[in-house]
Amino acid sequence: MEVNLLLDAIHQRYGYDFRNYARASMERRIRQLCSRIGCQHLSEMIPQLLHDDSFLEKMIREFSITVTDMYRDPFVYRCLRQQVVPRLKTYPFIKIWLAGCATGEEVYSLAILLHEEGLYERSIIYATDFNDIALEQAKEGIYQLDRMKTFSDNYKQAGGRASLSDYYQLSGKGCVIKADLKKNITFANHNLVTDSVFGEMQLIACRNVLIYFDKTLQARVLQLFRDSLAFDGFLCLGSKESLRFSLLENDMKVVDAKAKVYQKKVP
Amino acid sequence: MLGASAGGVQALGTLLSLLPGDLQVPLVIVQHMHPAEGSGLAELFSHSCPLVVKEAEDKEEIRAGTVYFAPPGYHLLIEIAGTFALSVDEKVNYARPSVDVLFISGAHVWCSQLLAIVLTGANNDGAKGIQLIKKCGGTTIAQDPATAAFPAMPQAAINTGAIDKVLSLEEIGTFITKW
Repeated sequence: MEVNLLLDAIHQRYGYDFRNYARASMERRIRQLCSRIGCQHLSEMIPQLLHDDSFLEKMIREFSITVTDMYRDPFVYRCLRQQVVPRLKTYPFIKIWLAGCATGEEVYSLAILLHEEGLYERSIIYATDFNDIALEQAKEGIYQLDRMKTFSDNYKQAGGRASLSDYYQLSGKGCVIKADLKKNITFANHNLVTDSVFGEMQLIACRNVLIYFDKTLQARVLQLFRDSLAFDGFLCLGSKESLRFSLLENDMKVVDAKAKVYQKKVP
Repeated sequence: MLGASAGGVQALGTLLSLLPGDLQVPLVIVQHMHPAEGSGLAELFSHSCPLVVKEAEDKEEIRAGTVYFAPPGYHLLIEIAGTFALSVDEKVNYARPSVDVLFISGAHVWCSQLLAIVLTGANNDGAKGIQLIKKCGGTTIAQDPATAAFPAMPQAAINTGAIDKVLSLEEIGTFITKW
């Protein structure tokens, strides 16, 4: 009950709607925050939340921590390269939406892939998230040097054609993604729970976001993706996500069952 | 629910082969693995265990008589509705899946009905979880460190004072069967 009250309070006071998030993970994060700030009961956070705007920011940061790597699940990028890129090459102009981009690792993975396939110059990538702090970090594109070993191994397994180090520069703050790779990326705030359709995309990638939603919200978001896709457009989900709860199985065909890549059918 | 780390694959091979084909409860397992080693655990054990062995899926309904493994690279949690949830939240105890994450979420849902077991491993994952499970009235077992390939993990659980029984794999098999 305390979790319900807390989520209701956030919704009524600020309009952010976390009520259809998968409860187990949500509760875990709320409990974590609670113990970190020394609250005994979850409901103790409600007055703080109602009277202190900066507390909301703290909560949102807690709710939207996502940990991702560049080229996480390399086989997915291999699939994009082999099965999606050839089709993208037939378009004069390519629009891609990366929903839930968090701190940007996957955006730059995709940008590099498009660059290597000669598509970057005619692409625009919309990278969205509801967390402005994460978006700022994504825009900066700075990653710690100790993560680069994993990123680089993934990149090779994903079929990368050069060396990952070609795409960043070392600075005092870490490894900075080169400006060339940023110029066709538009970072924007978009909330999958409450915001609506987003242009006619050739590819939408949204990985490991749906697992945080309940079935109802998954269905809503998947519908939003379908409506934001051009005919023949591709949808790429997380490796443990699917169209199961969406009623979209008739509108989409499976391109690669393991990489969770789907394509919108022409009616 | 059961957590295992280093040495766990072999221990589970022994334990799962001891279970009867008509187990009346579900068994949910976190075995630490490198994500690159893929999702082969369920398949590996499906040959030696008389029960249905599978990888837990997001939102899947949890059924009795089935052994579920957390997918490598994901935390596995239990929802109030008796379904699974997956997350890619930060690692806990350097692990994802983490035994603590599973145990703690299970404690909130199943409380005193829960049986939690810590097997061989070289870290202390699970030690926090079993304390909460004990507090909720659940039952806790650690593999006898003397019989574990890597004693650190069951020992860490025992050291919390929240373990009800210290047993060998064979005894754990009998205990689960009677549960």
